[in-house]
Amino acid sequence: MLLSLILITVYFREPAGGGLHSVQGTGATVLRPFEVGANRVAAPFRDAYGWFAGLIHAKSENAKLRREVDQLRAAAILNANAAQQNSDLRAQLHYIGLPRFPQDYNPVPTDVISRPASEFEQQIGIAAGSSSGIRVNDPVVTSDGLVGKISAVAPHTAQVTLLTDPNLNVSAQDAKTQATGLVSHGEGPGTLTLSRVQKSSVLREGDPIVTQGWKVKGYSSIYPYGIPIGTVSGATNSEVDLYWNAQVSPFVHFDSLQSVLVLVPKTRNRP
Amino acid sequence: MSVNLLEPAKAALLIFVAAILQVTIFSQIDILGGYPDVVLLTLMAIALLRGSIYGAALGFFAGLLVDTANLGTLGVTSLLLTIAGYWIGRYGETTGRDRLHAPFVSVAVATVLVQLGALILHYMLGDDVSARTVLLDTLPSKVFLNLLLTLPVYALVRRLLAVGAPVETATEVRLLG
Repeated sequence: MLLSLILITVYFREPAGGGLHSVQGTGATVLRPFEVGANRVAAPFRDAYGWFAGLIHAKSENAKLRREVDQLRAAAILNANAAQQNSDLRAQLHYIGLPRFPQDYNPVPTDVISRPASEFEQQIGIAAGSSSGIRVNDPVVTSDGLVGKISAVAPHTAQVTLLTDPNLNVSAQDAKTQATGLVSHGEGPGTLTLSRVQKSSVLREGDPIVTQGWKVKGYSSIYPYGIPIGTVSGATNSEVDLYWNAQVSPFVHFDSLQSVLVLVPKTRNRP
Repeated sequence: MSVNLLEPAKAALLIFVAAILQVTIFSQIDILGGYPDVVLLTLMAIALLRGSIYGAALGFFAGLLVDTANLGTLGVTSLLLTIAGYWIGRYGETTGRDRLHAPFVSVAVATVLVQLGALILHYMLGDDVSARTVLLDTLPSKVFLNLLLTLPVYALVRRLLAVGAPVETATEVRLLG
């Protein structure tokens, strides 16, 4: 017990590059092959479960997805035209902007090798670390959207703090109305909240929420503009509140992550 | 001498496998909002079968493994599992010995106390934790799932540690006096 208390005290007080952190990083590297092995053994069973679970919802989901495809196809044509126009205008203006996602980043694809060991933790372990150029605070995404950020790094493994962690806030905006706010964990498991949205702003149900990507006086957001987070699923409007509080349904399924992409800025040199 | 070393090594290996399975597979199984804790179950079985010293030492080892694999705060899980392992071991050494309900009582009580302890510890460390999520949303299903797995895990650990193997019995009784 005494040893545990000493460990907690030293670990809690020392900086991220301290002795215990280094020992832990080495330990995590040693455990990594076992975690990767266990994941590979479990993968077929997990896939089989996912396949059967998917069959149950397949029929109802099919009709809904067909409607969505029709809408998205029309939107994609409009977006492609707008993107081309935007690109042309930027080139003509010699526009200097913030780092853009995904073109200014090298994605490092990696496996998820460990999941939260208890309900108190909203972190996952991944099979890539500082040897792949990953640093603390690098954004982590999947093809669906934002997952979180790197919170600890070892040579061959790293810890990702999920967007559902109570200590993580991400500046975000409504992609349609440009209303800005802070995305943080929601009330239920796997849900998010968009808070501190000015009451003068407009939020509509179904609006996509993306990262804001700001820069103020030399400080900039660690998340580039435009990483999808989720859609607005509802909002509370109390007279006493100064801001809107909206519920956001995340695009990412945080409880079934198999692999992620860590966004490493292209400007960073690999070790 | 070799027998004495083999037994702790087997128990430590069991804990190691349980910790790896917990962080990679079991923590992903979401049933009714919770998931089983096979590290606690394995620790319970070993502590009941081998006593409080084994329970405390392996609890510390298990916690260290879990915290290392997750890059979490070192010592948090160790502290909780050391206390849990010691308590279950003492229970096994005293009132719980050879009682059928002992594994179930140990698991139910240890699950609740470990969750409660973790909540307090994380709160003291300044983590933003939700008591409602931990105690109301996930604890009941966690207790249920742990109780469901108690018997198979206990039987497996008992078998692997070769407890209850037939001992050499007396073949002859000689009356003196």
